[in-house]
This record gives sequence, C-alpha cells and structure tokens, in this order.
Amino acid sequence: MRWENYTSLPETFRNQRVFDGCGISGLINIDGTRISGDTVIDMLCILKERENGLGAGYAAYGIYPEYKDYFAFHFLFDNETAKSKVLEYLENFGSVIQSEPIPTSLSHEIDNPPITWRVFFNPISERNQDEAEKIVQIVMEINENIDNAYVMSSGKNMGVFKGNGWSHEIADFYKIREYKAYMWLAHSRFPTNTPGWWGGAHPFNLLNCSVIHNGEITSYGTNRRYLESFGYKCTLFTDTEVIAYLIDLLCRRHKFPISIATIALAPPLFDEIEKLDRKSQIIIKNIRATYRSAMLNGPFSIVVGNSDPIPTMMGLSDRKKLRPLVVGISEDENTIYMSSEEASFNRLMLINNRLDLKEVWHPKSGTAVIAKLGKGLIKNGIENPLKKRTIALLEVA
Amino acid sequence: MAIAHEIISHYKVNIDREDCQKCKRCLTNCSFGVFSFNGERIIAQSNKCVACQRCVVMCPAKAIHISQSESFLPPHGNYTRKIRNIIWAQSGNGGVLLSATGNDRPIRSIFDDLLLDACQVTNPSIDPLRETIETKIFFGRKPKKLEFIVESDDFTDVSLKTQIFPNFEIDMPIMVGHMSLGSISYNACQAIYRAARELNIIAGSGEGGLHPDFYEFAPNIITEIASGRFGVDINYLNNAAGLEIKIGQGAKPGHGGHLPGEKVNSLIAQTRMIPEGSDALSPYPHHDIYSIEDLAQLIAALKEATRYKVPVGVKIAAVHNSAPIAVGIVRGGADFLTLDGFRGGTGAAPRIIRDHAGIPIELAIAAVDERLRQENLREEVTLIAGGSIRYSADLVKAIALGADVAMCSLPVLIAMGCRVCQQCFRGLCSWGIATQQEYLVKRLDIDIAKKRIINLFHSWNEELKEVLGAMGIDSVESLRSNRDRLRYIGPNPRIADILGVKHAGE
Repeated sequence: MRWENYTSLPETFRNQRVFDGCGISGLINIDGTRISGDTVIDMLCILKERENGLGAGYAAYGIYPEYKDYFAFHFLFDNETAKSKVLEYLENFGSVIQSEPIPTSLSHEIDNPPITWRVFFNPISERNQDEAEKIVQIVMEINENIDNAYVMSSGKNMGVFKGNGWSHEIADFYKIREYKAYMWLAHSRFPTNTPGWWGGAHPFNLLNCSVIHNGEITSYGTNRRYLESFGYKCTLFTDTEVIAYLIDLLCRRHKFPISIATIALAPPLFDEIEKLDRKSQIIIKNIRATYRSAMLNGPFSIVVGNSDPIPTMMGLSDRKKLRPLVVGISEDENTIYMSSEEASFNRLMLINNRLDLKEVWHPKSGTAVIAKLGKGLIKNGIENPLKKRTIALLEVA
Repeated sequence: MAIAHEIISHYKVNIDREDCQKCKRCLTNCSFGVFSFNGERIIAQSNKCVACQRCVVMCPAKAIHISQSESFLPPHGNYTRKIRNIIWAQSGNGGVLLSATGNDRPIRSIFDDLLLDACQVTNPSIDPLRETIETKIFFGRKPKKLEFIVESDDFTDVSLKTQIFPNFEIDMPIMVGHMSLGSISYNACQAIYRAARELNIIAGSGEGGLHPDFYEFAPNIITEIASGRFGVDINYLNNAAGLEIKIGQGAKPGHGGHLPGEKVNSLIAQTRMIPEGSDALSPYPHHDIYSIEDLAQLIAALKEATRYKVPVGVKIAAVHNSAPIAVGIVRGGADFLTLDGFRGGTGAAPRIIRDHAGIPIELAIAAVDERLRQENLREEVTLIAGGSIRYSADLVKAIALGADVAMCSLPVLIAMGCRVCQQCFRGLCSWGIATQQEYLVKRLDIDIAKKRIINLFHSWNEELKEVLGAMGIDSVESLRSNRDRLRYIGPNPRIADILGVKHAGE
C-alpha cells in the first residue's frame, strides 16, 4: 500500500486526465439478504492481471441499517485540522447524529496513515431545497475547497471504502469482510499516468449512486463540458467522475428510469433504431438528439449501484464492447454477479463447491443488464431468453 | 483614363504561335474579352485576363497558358503591389472597390494550427471500413431535458411527455452555404440542390428567393429571409426544411446583399419579385429589426406562419461580440444559429469590409459555444459554422471546437469548376457558375457538377470517419465540443486559451 496522497494528487499530476485499466466486480441479492464482503473480495482479487497495486475500492449497500435514515459520509483526512474543519462545516447545515472513525487495521507500523472517518448526518430541511441537492453541494464544497479532506461517499445506508494499494490490501485495511451488504461493488485499477491517490480510486460515489468503471472514454471533453453547463465541477479529471455525474444528472435530476438512462449513455446505432417500431424510434431518436452530449464513446464497461428509489445494480459496456463484462445468475436466481472476467465466478465455485451458477453470459455491446431488489433481473443485456449453457467447472481437489 | 495611370495586369496570356490553329475557340470562350482576331493571328489583351483558365482548358491545341506578369514593380515591403493597385483603382474611379469570394489577405489560418488526437494502447482506434461510425445529426432545437410517462422499465412502455420541437435528420454534418440564385446560376443551384438531396445534407437558398423549379428540393433546403425580403411569400416559407433570418454574412458584416442590376434578368427578377435590371441591394440592417426583441418577434412570426413545423434560425457574421449576441438570439427563440467567419465568401462585397471586418470563425465558434454553455443553452440549439471551411480537416476541427454542422460554399464552387478568379461580381463567369448570361450558364453541365459535389462531400465524410475512428469515437456527437482531442501548435498561446485547447505537448 502507498501511505501518501490521501485526499489529492501531488501537485505535478493535478489537472491532468487520469487514464487506467481496471478490474470490476459486483453482486446483488434480490431478496435483500446481506452477505459479508468475502464473496466480492474473492471475485475481485482473482483478477490480478487487471491491477498494479495503485488503487482499489469497495462499495457496500445495506451496511448501516441502524442509521438508515441518515446520510452516511465517508471521509479521508490528511490531518486532524482538516477533520475538525469539515465537522465544523457540517454543523452549519444539519445535525451530526454520529461521528466516529471507520475501523481499519494496520498490518505494520505506519508513520502517517490517513484518518478514515464516518459521519451520519441529518440535514436541516430548508424550504424550496431538495435534501439531496443540499448534500451534493456539501460534497462538492468539501472536495473542492477544504484542503486535506475528501468525501468518499455520501449515500444512505451505504459506504465506499477505497485507497491506494492492491485490492486485497484495501480489503484488509478497511476490514471489508466484517461488513454485511445486500449489494457490493468492487474495483481494482492499473493507472497509466499518475502514481494514484486514495480519493481517486473507485468506486466513485455521489449520494446513493456508486460507479465502478473500466476503460477510457474518448468523449470525455464533450461529456465534461455538457455536465459543466448543469453546474457540475469535474475536478478529478477522471472518466469515472464524468460517468457518475451523468448518471446523477439523468437518474436523479432528470428522473430517468435507469433503463432509459442507459439508452442515453450507449444508444443503439441508427441502423438498429430504423428496425424498431415507430413509437420506439421516436423515443430513442429524441433521447439521442436531446442527450447527444451524454453519450459515452470509446471503451468502457461500468457497473453502477444505486439505492434510490429501489436498489438497483446496472452493468453496461460500450457500443463496440471494447471492454469486457460478464454476468452470472445463481441457481436460485437470487444473486446476480457481474465481473470483468468469468474467472471471478470460477473462483467462487472453487471456494464454495455448493455454489452453482444457473447461467453465465456476455451481454450484448451497449445493452444494459439491470437487476432490482425485490424484482430480479429486469434486463439481461441480450434482450431474448438466454440459452442454457454449462460452465466448465474446475474439479476441487 | 490617361494611359499613364493604367494598372499593370497581374497576368500574361501566352499563345504558342506554332501550335495555335486559329480556330478562335478562345474568342468565344473568354467572357472577359481578352481575345480578338486581326485576320492573321489571335491577339490577347493580357490586362483584361483574370486567369480563369477557361481558354487554357478549351483550346484544342493546348496552345494557351497564363503566366504571372513579369513586369516588376519597384519593391516595397509595406506598400505592396496590392496596396498600390487599390490606390490606383480608387484614384481612377473614385468609388468603393468591389470584391468577391472571401478575404484574400494572407492571415494565418487557426485551423491549420490545430492538431488532432489519436488513440494509442489504452484505448483502441476503430476501423471505419470494418465497423460502424455514425455521422448522422439532428437539425433543430432540442429540449433541455426529456420527461417520460413511465409504465415499466422497458423503453417500449414509456411515452414522451416533453413537447418536441421540429427537427430533421441529415446524414453528414455538412451544409452548403447560402448562395442565391443571382449570385450563382440556375444550373449551379440545380446541381447543388440535387447533390444535397442525394447526400441527404442541406443547402442554403441564399437571400434571392426560391425558384418554383426548386420546390421539389425543399426537404434539403434552408431558405433565407434577409433584409431585402427578396422572394419571400408563403410558398417560399412553406418550401423549406428550415428558415434562416440573415442578419449578417462573414464576408461583409454590417452590410446587406449586393446584386448588380446587370445580373437581374427575367429569371432572377421573377424569383426575387423585383423589376428586371434593377439593382438588388438589400438594406444593411433589417428595418424591422433594430434590437433583439424585434428579432424575437420575427422568429415568432415565421414560426407562426409555418405552423411550427420547421426550425427557424438566425445567421450572423462572426464579430467581436458574437458570444453575447448569440445568447440573445437563442433566448429570442432561434432553433439554430449560423456563424459566418471573416473569411466567408461573397458574390460581391466592398473590399474594405471583406478584408478587414469580422473575426476568424475558429475563435467565434469557441467563444459562442463556451458562452452558450455558461448559460446552459448550448444543447438546445444547432450551431452551424462557416467562413472558410476549405476541406475535411477544417470540418473536423470546427466540430471539435463546438459546431454541430460545418457550412461551406467555395469548395462546392471549385468542385463544379470554379478556378477562384474572384470576379463573381462582374457576372461574366466563364464557367457558368457566377453568371446569369444564358450562353455562359449553359456551360455548366448539371449532372457532372452534381456528381462532383457528391464525390467531394462523400470523401469529406469518409475522412471525417477516418479521423473519428483514429480517435476511437464511433459517432460524431462525441466529437462535438470535444476540445480535449485538439492541440494548438501555432505561434500565439493566447489563441489556445481562447479556443480552450491545450498546447501540443501538454
């Protein structure tokens, strides 16, 4: 692990776009059963070729049931001054219900570890102001204007844990195995042009929405400038930040159902649109026309977790499928798994020989896979019934 | 005028006496009266030559070639030959000098100082011959956001709640600029409109009305309503894919149209609805638009007259304050906005204005795009940029700076046969393009001209796809305003700042 650069990149690397290759894994239990981080750690850590020890992170949904009505802030601080400054700042906008360290384990003596802190927060409801909008403003303000502080996550009953290290190191540091969540997202990275920093690892979160992402979008400039006209400030210079804000814009501010939002992000080709019925054509063409700058271009695969209004996990790859995404469903159809590679599923089955996956499939390029709590698999990313196929199971000795 | 003050010709007409067959084809082909036959040999008056190359191409013996005049003026770095010519001409005729085509001063092109990005390693480039790359765009106003009535998660179960504005699709982000019937010939118009229809792009009608023969091309034509209101009636408004209020033109910001009476024959008179032989000089401002709210009223009136079925836009010349003006226009209800840079072309404009007024289109696109974004209006409007889009590289860079559509005219004329002799205002175009004289117009073969325009834009679009593919972009929407994919390599970093583009190496 790298015990430096917690809340920002070193000066020399700022204001540069960050490029990286990545491993992504995620799962959701449709019935809401909360499971330990073990599974997602196993899924992610096997994808070792996809990381180089410069960043990993986990998002867990359902981990704070006792505080589920409050916004849970996860912070990284460089020092106590930054911490007290942020806590003081928060007091202006509501009440701090609980303020405590995020438990960590340091395997050996570290001179200057980051302060990992969490706060459960109840904003004062002001007239004419949306609660969520207020939280977004607070997050933006802290990340932009309070030195040595960084907000990792800000949703309800969820949290993001991330840092600069190998995926297994980050898991151990934050004691991820001790949390229980119904939905897990995990990410490891291979940055190419910076030494990495803790806040810059994924998942990237805003309110209840977290994004993990693999790829390098070629439409970054178009997307960033589009978001800026809606008041977003893209200060991290990463693709993931832009994707997270686009989803926030579409799903929260413009109230798109996630399935429609994915059409804006990765719309069907015009040739495909022409084959649809007239009504669908009008819908999709209007999405393409109106949200032409929200379209993501270039290689990407993303998994998005969102708990508002119904907890949902969405997986999507680019229109040319230049980054991998593979999906699996458990025998009882209760758990949906997503990963960069099938190796994640094989690993699970190797560890737990009672686990069997009913199906494993590669979603069609640019077509979303959507799983919702209490509803199951809403879109399978192929849009026709899956053909039964068996996975080559490794014999467990 | 005294012989002592005659301006020395730029060109020298050379006839190879051995090859010349004295067929006198040059006499009939030259519309500028250079050639005569004295009973023995062909005589050429070089001072009338404009180097249009008609005689060179048409001479069956290939006996003619045009060279630069060898006559050498005493050199002066400041009082160049061009400046001296201007003074000689003005002291001879006492008038405002006319000129045609675009600004010919050797001002550095900013487009040429921009470099394009390409993918290496971390993201793959796309081969346009093997994979789909889309260049279709929607032309017209877009809502700020869409609202749906959602019945389930499937898009087939949702319906649109948002009121949609009229939009049409074009297959390439290319528009043929506004050249009126009058400035160019009937055959040239016919060739352009046919090409636009076949390519499914759009062409501007110019401000000279629309001849009823061209109504069939309406789905690919944007008609122009200028200060002279030439040819504007309900048929004109109803036979167009879009309507454009012309406030200004890049070649002559602050000026109206100039069509000399010699060009106004019966065809032009009928189309423009003016008397034959009268000068068609449209007023400098619209006399019903002295301020932004007047413009908003005209936009509203045009929308009302056309029952809100077609987009209504505004064209302005790129001037110092384009950005705030553009914002006002969009707020005033314009569905599209056309920006015409200071290098934009013209059939006739005072040289002083053509060469000295306005700003480069590159800077105007950047400023307008940025300002519209600051006011969260950019996504609503279609931004068209012209004013010397010379080849596909300019098109690509214009879009990356922030334009939706690139507009060009002179490349279309060159494709049809124009040699850029810059004499359009004289109505003597020997290639049948910028003339109304029937014997000249007949020289332009509509089918061949059409085919050459189609070839030109087809190749531009293929080159656009090649660039997009190299950048790893599979749809032109993701190039628009994507200034991250440009780098500046010119001499003045301040320009890079205004463009919002990093310097090469950054």
